[in-house]
Amino acid sequence: MTDTTASESPAMTLSKAAPKEAPLSPRQAMVRRALRHRGLIFGALVMGIVIFIALCAPLLTQYSPYDQDLLARMKPPVFLGGEPAHWLGTDALGRDFWARLAYGARISLMIGLLAATISAVIGSVLGILAGYFGGRVDMAVTFLINVRLAMPVVLVALAVVALFGGSLMVVVSVLGLLLWDRFAVVLRAATMQVRKLEYVAAAEVLGASLPRVLWKDILPNVMNHLIVIFTLEMAHAIILEAALSFLGLGVQPPTPSWGLMISEGKEMLLFEPWLITIPGVALFFLVLSINMLGDGIRDVTAPEGRN
Amino acid sequence: MTDPILSIRNLTVDLPKGGDRPHAVEGLSLEIMPKEIVCIVGESGSGKSITAFTTMGLLPKALVPSSGEITFDGRDLLKLTPAEHSKLRGRRMAMIFQEPMSALNPCYTVGNQIEEMFEQHTSLPAAERRARTIRLLDEVKLPDPERIYSSYPHQLSGGQRQRIVIAMALALDPALLIADEPTTALDLSTQAQILHLLKELREKHSAGIMFVTHDFDVVAEIADRVVVMQHGRIVEQGSAEEVLNRPRHPYTRLLIDAVPRRTRVARDSLEGSAEMLRVAGLEKTYHVKGSMFRPGRTVHACKDVGFAVRRGETLGIVGESGSGKSTLVKCLIRLEDPDAGQVWVEGEDIAAYSRRALHPYRKMIQIVFQDPYGSLNPRRTIGDQLVEGPVNFGGDRAEAMARARELMKIVRLDPDALNRYPNQFSGGQRQRICIARALMVEPKVLIADEAVSALDVSVQKEVLKLLNEIRDRMGLTVLFITHDLRVAAQVCDNLIVMQQGEIVERGSVDQVFGTPSHAYTQKLLAAQPGQDWEVPDVSKLPPATGVMGMGGLA
Repeated sequence: MTDTTASESPAMTLSKAAPKEAPLSPRQAMVRRALRHRGLIFGALVMGIVIFIALCAPLLTQYSPYDQDLLARMKPPVFLGGEPAHWLGTDALGRDFWARLAYGARISLMIGLLAATISAVIGSVLGILAGYFGGRVDMAVTFLINVRLAMPVVLVALAVVALFGGSLMVVVSVLGLLLWDRFAVVLRAATMQVRKLEYVAAAEVLGASLPRVLWKDILPNVMNHLIVIFTLEMAHAIILEAALSFLGLGVQPPTPSWGLMISEGKEMLLFEPWLITIPGVALFFLVLSINMLGDGIRDVTAPEGRN
Repeated sequence: MTDPILSIRNLTVDLPKGGDRPHAVEGLSLEIMPKEIVCIVGESGSGKSITAFTTMGLLPKALVPSSGEITFDGRDLLKLTPAEHSKLRGRRMAMIFQEPMSALNPCYTVGNQIEEMFEQHTSLPAAERRARTIRLLDEVKLPDPERIYSSYPHQLSGGQRQRIVIAMALALDPALLIADEPTTALDLSTQAQILHLLKELREKHSAGIMFVTHDFDVVAEIADRVVVMQHGRIVEQGSAEEVLNRPRHPYTRLLIDAVPRRTRVARDSLEGSAEMLRVAGLEKTYHVKGSMFRPGRTVHACKDVGFAVRRGETLGIVGESGSGKSTLVKCLIRLEDPDAGQVWVEGEDIAAYSRRALHPYRKMIQIVFQDPYGSLNPRRTIGDQLVEGPVNFGGDRAEAMARARELMKIVRLDPDALNRYPNQFSGGQRQRICIARALMVEPKVLIADEAVSALDVSVQKEVLKLLNEIRDRMGLTVLFITHDLRVAAQVCDNLIVMQQGEIVERGSVDQVFGTPSHAYTQKLLAAQPGQDWEVPDVSKLPPATGVMGMGGLA
């Protein structure tokens, strides 16, 4: 379909560079596309709510997530016949469940963001260098990727956390150091593609230094991939943290973390299922919203969509 | 009078809302007789491919034919169900695509893929299918049909692949053959062979051929009738002789006038101007490393290449794909390091300079690439990309921006467009931007690497004119790399012809075209399509009329 891709004004109206009905600036056009993208809106909305809850946790509840009240243990949430004082009920130690959920959002988000950021930095540096230079650099990076892929993430994370003890920082760094493989693989392939394009050659001919080419010409054009993988890995990290905490090796009690809440609720699974369902549903929506947000951003910022 | 094979009446295909016009094709009527080649000519976006795709029933879902009828075999194609349409495809009508590589499945042998046609539409026994396939391969003049039968697409050359696609199309003797730019991706000599083959085949198979193209030389070579399209409408149709030599519609005249003449515009003599660039003994070999399963290979891409260009001169470098043109260019702009030889720019041999030492000389030689869509970074504004060069060479950003505005005016674009992104420009405009970008660093030598090959003729004409103007104005030396002999003849002072990494012929344009000495040059010249057609001087024709062919602007 050669004809529809290049809509060329045949006689080349010279001074008019813009297409007739496009007074929108690129940014306006992007905002407009973003507003039309339902997945993006949903993802951003849920994500926004979670961030809001995390940031404003002290304002949203008068309880502390640590204060125990053994007289008010395992109160059911309001919708299961509980009292409005603890609208999501209390856990086995009488701590307000809503307060723990709200403060726990901080932990989940922080772990997701930090771990994904560490991975993104490691993975994209390796991937872009491998894709750009090829040859020996590529061989070395591919070897590293293979080594990393040969390691079972959960097992290694368990082992390391067991060795160094489970603190927030240990969990974040372990996950950050383990989740960069997808960044490296995808960015390597994407860079190889972009590198062949003529604008990269043009920049080199125009005397651009290597870091400049990587920063200005390669990185922005592989950004789509980076964003999508970032969201995937962020969700992945949050789930892994929950899994580690569930196994007792992640964030240590009494820190409120969603994974830990699920773990603590598992003993009551048959009697008080909401102890697990509430943090479980929260986790589900957070991960879903992150993924939808990532897909949405990719769709909206893709240069192909700019027309 | 025989009945037409295909008759399209008042066809209108709607574009989705928000497009640049409401209809992809509007009120289109045309007929194709048996044994007739009808060329549909137009620039990109004129709706010619849409017409072909509608007939084949291969329109993308977003496009809907809203009115009209396409009569073929006594039935209206627009009223067929997709299943019925698909039965007709291959059996009664067949299509040849532009890109022969992507039209063939790389996982099957070509023999298999041709046989598939028989399997789908007939109940012939296996032996008969094979025999017919071999016969077809022979018919499209492929050497050694038995061997080709069991080859995979990647083992064949572009021309051979296109022959396979044609063989597939012809397998069941279709009454209608639709060819969508079938020779655009091919080399000159291969194109000549394919065109010849098509002419021969329509006689043998008595099929009607709808031939979509943008190239008037090809039209002159094979068309019986010509349909000229613009903005989805037919603006003129008639016999090839009539339309090519006495075009009536202003748009047809514009198109034909834009076809480069084979004669050169006379220029001042270059005697006495200083030598700008000298290349001597340039060598480049590529080694493809072998592995356990295949032996290594050495490709000699440039063999002892040497030439000199003077200030203000345009040197054309002509050759088919694989001739080493691109490697030569890459060595000149030092994207590749030459193995041996010298490149003097203003008396400095830069061929062996290290990257660091090279930096100040980078700006001496600049380049405009072929693909207007790949050569601008989609994520940076035009202005940002224009100032890139001067900033890299230590210039002031604000000063560079002022120069960018000036250059935008020189390439006849709106200076306010600097803060836009590349996707808001058409191919021709992008190519102007690329020229402006190259000029930002005030180069001495400008390399135009197939810089106008991807453009429509009328746009091509504008860009060529611009290049000439800039060369004269700034005293540039231009290396013009092209496979299009017409363009080369029009803009170059001197020519070199390359074949397999070697310069086989050199001289002034008149020498090379008038008295070619090397066999390869003679072959190239002979392969040009439409040689009998002398482009008419449009200005001497009677005044243009708005007369339409039937069903034009009703």
